[in-house]
Amino acid sequence: MKDFALLFRQADYNYSKISPEEMEEINKRWQNWIGGIAAQGKLAVGGSRLAADGTVLKAGGVVTDGPFVEIREILGGFILVKADNLEEATTLAHGCPALDGNGSVEIRPLFV
Amino acid sequence: MGWMLLFIMEKSSESLQQLFQQEFSKMVAVISKTFGLQHIEIAEDVVSETFLQATEAWKAKGIPPNPTAWLYAVAKQKILHHFRRNKIYDEKVLPEIISGNVMEEIEEVNFSVENIKDSQLQMLFAICTPVIASEAQIGLALRILCGFGIDEIAEAFLSNKETINKRLFRAKEKLRAEKVLMELPSENEITKRLDTVLHIIYLLFSEGYYSQTQNQNLQKDLCLEALRLGLMLTEYEKTNLPKTNALIALMCFHASRFSARQSNTIVLYGQQDQELWDATLINQGIYFLNLSVQGEELSSYHLEARIAYWHCRKEGTQEKWEEILQLYNRLLQINYSPAVALNRTYALYKVKGKETALVEAEKLKLENNHFYFMLLAELYTDLDQQKARLHLERAYDLAKTRTEKQGIQEKINLINQLNA
Repeated sequence: MKDFALLFRQADYNYSKISPEEMEEINKRWQNWIGGIAAQGKLAVGGSRLAADGTVLKAGGVVTDGPFVEIREILGGFILVKADNLEEATTLAHGCPALDGNGSVEIRPLFV
Repeated sequence: MGWMLLFIMEKSSESLQQLFQQEFSKMVAVISKTFGLQHIEIAEDVVSETFLQATEAWKAKGIPPNPTAWLYAVAKQKILHHFRRNKIYDEKVLPEIISGNVMEEIEEVNFSVENIKDSQLQMLFAICTPVIASEAQIGLALRILCGFGIDEIAEAFLSNKETINKRLFRAKEKLRAEKVLMELPSENEITKRLDTVLHIIYLLFSEGYYSQTQNQNLQKDLCLEALRLGLMLTEYEKTNLPKTNALIALMCFHASRFSARQSNTIVLYGQQDQELWDATLINQGIYFLNLSVQGEELSSYHLEARIAYWHCRKEGTQEKWEEILQLYNRLLQINYSPAVALNRTYALYKVKGKETALVEAEKLKLENNHFYFMLLAELYTDLDQQKARLHLERAYDLAKTRTEKQGIQEKINLINQLNA
């Protein structure tokens, strides 16, 4: 088994305008998905959600504020999973709620 | 009339045994604290001899008005006698007692309520030292802290006396070799050590709750002793932490369903008689659950306690199963186990239905676990009777006890009848 990072990208992670009930619903979807991976014993690290704002430091000391308009999809968070190969890791990514929002999941093997 | 008398006699010998069991751990703890943990076996011998003498003396003359005071006085005499006779006192105990009038020290084996409590807590921490393996820790805890006999411990572990004796002997050797002291760990150490202590209490409780022994009294005793040790931790500020309260809540909720579970076969949750649930224990559980929410930490005990709380509410509302599913999702992220994975999938079925749950269940691949095939069978029931039966047959082959096999066979028969 190797470790893979699943990186979630979505066009918009701005949840400031939605109701607490909707937020709870979104949380449940994510928890059910991660719970399904954990139930297979394949969750390596629970990972983290990334806040929508932040800064970007570029060469030459240029600092820009987020959100990061240059990239169409914002990196919203990640988890680490255990899988035998890239194909299996990709299978685990199916059902990720980021896909519902027309986002994507990037699957990248970790160097040991 | 004869029957009544027999009943009373049995009752009184049972309570005498209970008294001995309770006093064993107190006396061994106090004596070990006074003379050092390296003398723990002497402490056990002295206390056992005291009980033997009590049994004979009380049979002849009746039980004294204050039996514990009697036990303490006789034990004190025996300790003095022992140390004088064996010269251990001069050669080993004397140099270790740092100062003061030594004779007085010995005579001052202090069986006050306060000293008993302190000594037991210190003993709990001493036994949970990382230098001994957890299996040996549980054995020692059962013997030294809960006062169980070797027979009972062997029965609980489905093992034999020799194995248990050897295990306990090696663990005590280790305590001696590593010079483990009877004292509370330092400020920095105590939180970390408390995790081990809580874990051992949790294992003790599980040993009782899920034990394969058919002896139901023993199962219940194990659980109540684990609960007692947990409550002991609440009496000290440093050990009375939210996670301690969460563990106690968890044990209360589970223990509340004890009577409902007990019969020849383990009664499945859905078939339990709610009337038999112990409302006092449920309320105790809620009390400790409320205490456990202080602070930031969310331990696996917190999650398990909340799951157990929801299971104490009989009505199968959508909200209940939704909550349980979310709690299992989080529990799996902290602490994966096949059992939690199966329970999570069952909750998923209750929330999202059989088809959704089946997709996830098929991914679990717990091919050596008969509960896995029972779950698959449950999910296939009504959708595909043929597959349901095949899974039950796999479960039957994997099941370890006769009771379990019998239960599975009944389900197979039911499907066969429906298809006939």
